[in-house]
Amino acid sequence: MASVVTRVKQKQIAQLMEKEKRLDGRKPTEYREIKVEQGIIERAEGSARVRLGKTEIVVGVKVEMGEPFADTPNEGVLTVNAELVPLASPSFEAGPPDETSIELARIVDRGIRESKAIDTEKLCIEPGKKVFVVFVDIYVLNHDGNLIDASALAAMAALLNTKMSNYEVKEGEVKIKSGYIQLPIKQHPITITCAKIGNKLILDPGLEEELVMDARLSMAIDDDEDICAIQKGGAGYFTPEQVIEFSKTAKEKAKEIRKELDW
Amino acid sequence: MSEKPEKLIDKKGIRLDGRKPDELRSIKLEVGVIPNADGSAYIEQGKNKILAGVYGPREVHPKHLALQDRTLLKCRYHMAPFSVQERKSPAPSRREVELSKVIRESLEPSIFMEYYPRTMIEVFIEILQADGGTRCAAITAASLALADAGIPMRDLVVACAAGKADDTVVLDLMDEEDKQGKADVPVAFMPNLNAITLLQMDGKLTLEEFENAVNLAIDGCKKIYSMQKEALKAKYANVKEEAEE
Repeated sequence: MASVVTRVKQKQIAQLMEKEKRLDGRKPTEYREIKVEQGIIERAEGSARVRLGKTEIVVGVKVEMGEPFADTPNEGVLTVNAELVPLASPSFEAGPPDETSIELARIVDRGIRESKAIDTEKLCIEPGKKVFVVFVDIYVLNHDGNLIDASALAAMAALLNTKMSNYEVKEGEVKIKSGYIQLPIKQHPITITCAKIGNKLILDPGLEEELVMDARLSMAIDDDEDICAIQKGGAGYFTPEQVIEFSKTAKEKAKEIRKELDW
Repeated sequence: MSEKPEKLIDKKGIRLDGRKPDELRSIKLEVGVIPNADGSAYIEQGKNKILAGVYGPREVHPKHLALQDRTLLKCRYHMAPFSVQERKSPAPSRREVELSKVIRESLEPSIFMEYYPRTMIEVFIEILQADGGTRCAAITAASLALADAGIPMRDLVVACAAGKADDTVVLDLMDEEDKQGKADVPVAFMPNLNAITLLQMDGKLTLEEFENAVNLAIDGCKKIYSMQKEALKAKYANVKEEAEE
């Protein structure tokens, strides 16, 4: 039923945007308040909760030993999964992952993977045989828009908080030693999403803005201020000029958030 | 598997398959290749061999998915098990689920969706052989298939990737450049509307390189666009000949 309500609001949102205003009083490029808590799940090797306004994401990281991929025998493995749990929104249903959650997981995965955020070569135990496998599980606990940026932040916050078991290799046998080692992190990608409503772009769309948007565009920006992943979504389009304009906005916004989080 | 080449571009700026940085692979397009489908098209781009078929507008199944104010567009991107070096399981992978979604969203802005409420239009894409850039070639073919099915459209959607091989921004990445290159930027475009309907990227590019890549990809799209229009006309030239006989 949310879509019926927003049909009425659609006009209001569009009219506000003509005056560079938004429903909740934010400026076009303003994010909602970001709150990050780390280490909230003791049983997980790493975890974090991120709140972006009323959007809430918990990410748990588990690290296990497993086999490397044949084409990267010297590198650990990263696996990202997203669950849109039914308690988080009236529009979520229990069941196997649908295209929305698969896309969400793959966007977060791409940001981490393509920026080389994790030093996967340091996760190799025995080349071609044994490596650490890092499972990043995204749990959406309340959906109030912009799951992409919130999930990407939560995943990175959880990885920064991840400790894995210390080990030694003796006569070909892997033995767990006491103590922990920090998961090796090289980059801190930050994903910035904009929504296009009418012909205007706004950052960090809330749920109601998402329901009326034509299209969205997400860019992951790494520590060197380069772009490392992009995804366009939604049934609308962007002009090439809007894309280039947004790449500059995303770079500035990522810098601002990076400073705020001290990453 | 062949050995990994050391460099993707030689000293003279020539790529592994002999192309210049801003050169497309050879492209063959054919419209109306599946007699049973309402519309269909076939594309060969480099070693890519891709079929797209369109059914609809037809009754929505299951019925509860029907939309009261517009048609429902469905899209399935699927790779044949024999399309890649190591056999791919025919079950849809997460990659295929994501690509089906982004391809659907790249085609939707081109269609007058409101003309056919309570119906669905289905786009089926089969990758028979993959050679890098399958999503782009698939979009180029799928848009032709939609036009062939007589669906009213604002423009044809055409797609092409640009990327970075070694240190050069190049057009239309083939398999090796896709896998070993430094970045891949697939772009789908409607030339008459100046509208980007698909944009993805992986790798690492400075803002300046990204802008160059997008512009290069759009140039490539415009070249393929004229081939698309020729392919559509070619089908109807054949139909005309047959009718006159």
